[in-house]
Amino acid sequence: MSWFQKLLPPKIKRKESGEKKVVPEGLWSKCASCDAVLYYSDLGNNLNVCPKCNHHNRISARVRLDLFLDTQGRYEIGPEVQSLDPLKFKDSKRYVDRLAEAKRDTDEDDSLVVMQGSVKTVPLVAAAFEFGFMGGSMGSVVGERFVRGVQVCVEQRLAFVCFAASGGARMQEGLLSLMQMAKTTAALAQLSEERLPFISVLTDPTMGGVSASFAFLGDVVIAEPAALIGFAGPRVIEQTVRQTLPEGFQRSEFLLEHGAIDMIVDRRRMRDKIANLCTLLMRAPPVS
Amino acid sequence: MKITFLDFEQPIAELEAKIDELRFAQDDSAVDISAEIVRLQKKSHSLTHGIYAKLTPWQISQVARHPQRPYTLDYIQHLFTDFEELHGDRNFADDYAIIGGLARFNGQTVMVIGHQKGRDTKEKIHRNFGMPKPEGYRKALRLMRLAEKFSVPLFTFIDTPGAYPGIGAEERGQSEAIGKNLYVLAELKVPVICTIIGEGGSGGALALAVGDIVQMLQYATYSVISPEGCASILWKSADKAPEAAEIMGITAHRLKTMGLIDRIINEPPGGAHRDYLTIMQSVKKVLQESLRHLQEHSTEALLEKRFERLMGYGKYKEVKVK
Repeated sequence: MSWFQKLLPPKIKRKESGEKKVVPEGLWSKCASCDAVLYYSDLGNNLNVCPKCNHHNRISARVRLDLFLDTQGRYEIGPEVQSLDPLKFKDSKRYVDRLAEAKRDTDEDDSLVVMQGSVKTVPLVAAAFEFGFMGGSMGSVVGERFVRGVQVCVEQRLAFVCFAASGGARMQEGLLSLMQMAKTTAALAQLSEERLPFISVLTDPTMGGVSASFAFLGDVVIAEPAALIGFAGPRVIEQTVRQTLPEGFQRSEFLLEHGAIDMIVDRRRMRDKIANLCTLLMRAPPVS
Repeated sequence: MKITFLDFEQPIAELEAKIDELRFAQDDSAVDISAEIVRLQKKSHSLTHGIYAKLTPWQISQVARHPQRPYTLDYIQHLFTDFEELHGDRNFADDYAIIGGLARFNGQTVMVIGHQKGRDTKEKIHRNFGMPKPEGYRKALRLMRLAEKFSVPLFTFIDTPGAYPGIGAEERGQSEAIGKNLYVLAELKVPVICTIIGEGGSGGALALAVGDIVQMLQYATYSVISPEGCASILWKSADKAPEAAEIMGITAHRLKTMGLIDRIINEPPGGAHRDYLTIMQSVKKVLQESLRHLQEHSTEALLEKRFERLMGYGKYKEVKVK
């Protein structure tokens, strides 16, 4: 038996035994967590959650919203807001080049996508971070799109849901990006004054300036399983305190245990959970 | 107090050492060398002026971190009277990296909150190098609410390398603590005047720096990440910190141009630590003006303006979408 066959889970092995087929590139995926070899299509049908070990793979902002929202009546908010390079920032690369590269790789023009739509007929606005776009970092465009999403909620009396996935503030915009922390939270203060719900979903990873601004201000704070969530990165902490970090440190389960979040929700149950929470908070009848 | 000189101030240090020597010699010298001393002092003065006229952002960040720079407690001592320090977050602990309490400013009751660094090794450790933990931000939050309850204006003083990156800090919710302060400051129903006196280090600084007026000392810095941090991430080497400091735009002058701060408070030649009395007078004057200005507005107007200002942060363009 070759090393490859040894690696295959029995189910897949059966299917492939007998005839030898030419397997096209990109048909398989290996689970980053349990090493199970999976069909891409199986993984996709399972919302990118490993069917063997439940590992929640990172997904793009658009896939996230596509999975989350009802198919009818979607409308994107803030696509007209586009990035500038106010500092003419250049490290080993120019900021504009990094932006162009990220655009090419992700097909997005910044790291936040906001959409108005519904979940199981409950109308709401949902925002999702694109981690593939410069680490989901928050700059002026993210802040403005976030605020425009919240404003639609205030105008139309809707709930706001945000799926965070970010390394933090975008250094290439300097202090402007730090100010987005103040801007996003101030918008949420207004949402709160209107007694409209904000549901914050923390996905892998939610760190730094995003974590330390709106992420924990949800009326309900949800995390996906085993997501890395925290203020400082594990490496920075390790270097500062010079000790090994405890097992599971800064993971969703650790946060739940420490009282930092309300619940951990499997991606496949996210629609049900959030639809129910929104109707409960807005004192509306349940949805089926 | 003997002044500690920074690397780029070495020419001044040498001159000052010479002046000291001459002073010492003068005591048992028959010849009058006081004229020479005066001449050298003038030279030292103009040398300081010259060096400080063209400081690089990296040099400014060294001045902002100067070990003798006035800290929050120095300002409290010089600018306020009847200070009553209030301790603890009522949940976990008292964080000595943030200091706060009630005081009088020109006779009027105010709340003062600021980061506090230590001078000697023992005090530095006690103050955790000015790096607050969640309990520090929660103490600050408690005092903000207290200020609101009794309708007293809030003064904050910002001087921190950043919020503390530690295990306990994460366990107790560093992110939530900072985020909550941003949220509450955005709608706190009293005038809030923020003064960046030294290092404005990232989210840990911002958690005390959302207000109606944000002002900055001439040689203070305010940045999204420390120059060293930025350099080690983007250049993969902390040695590139001077370049990072240059490009990130961390100085008062640059931030004023970008409209991110309202006002710069000039420092005496050679930095605030060279002349405490002068800097205290300057800060007091600016605080008075800022407070008087804000008190001319109703709370509603103040909050509306604060909100508009927060919403206005950001530089982006709008394009037509097909």
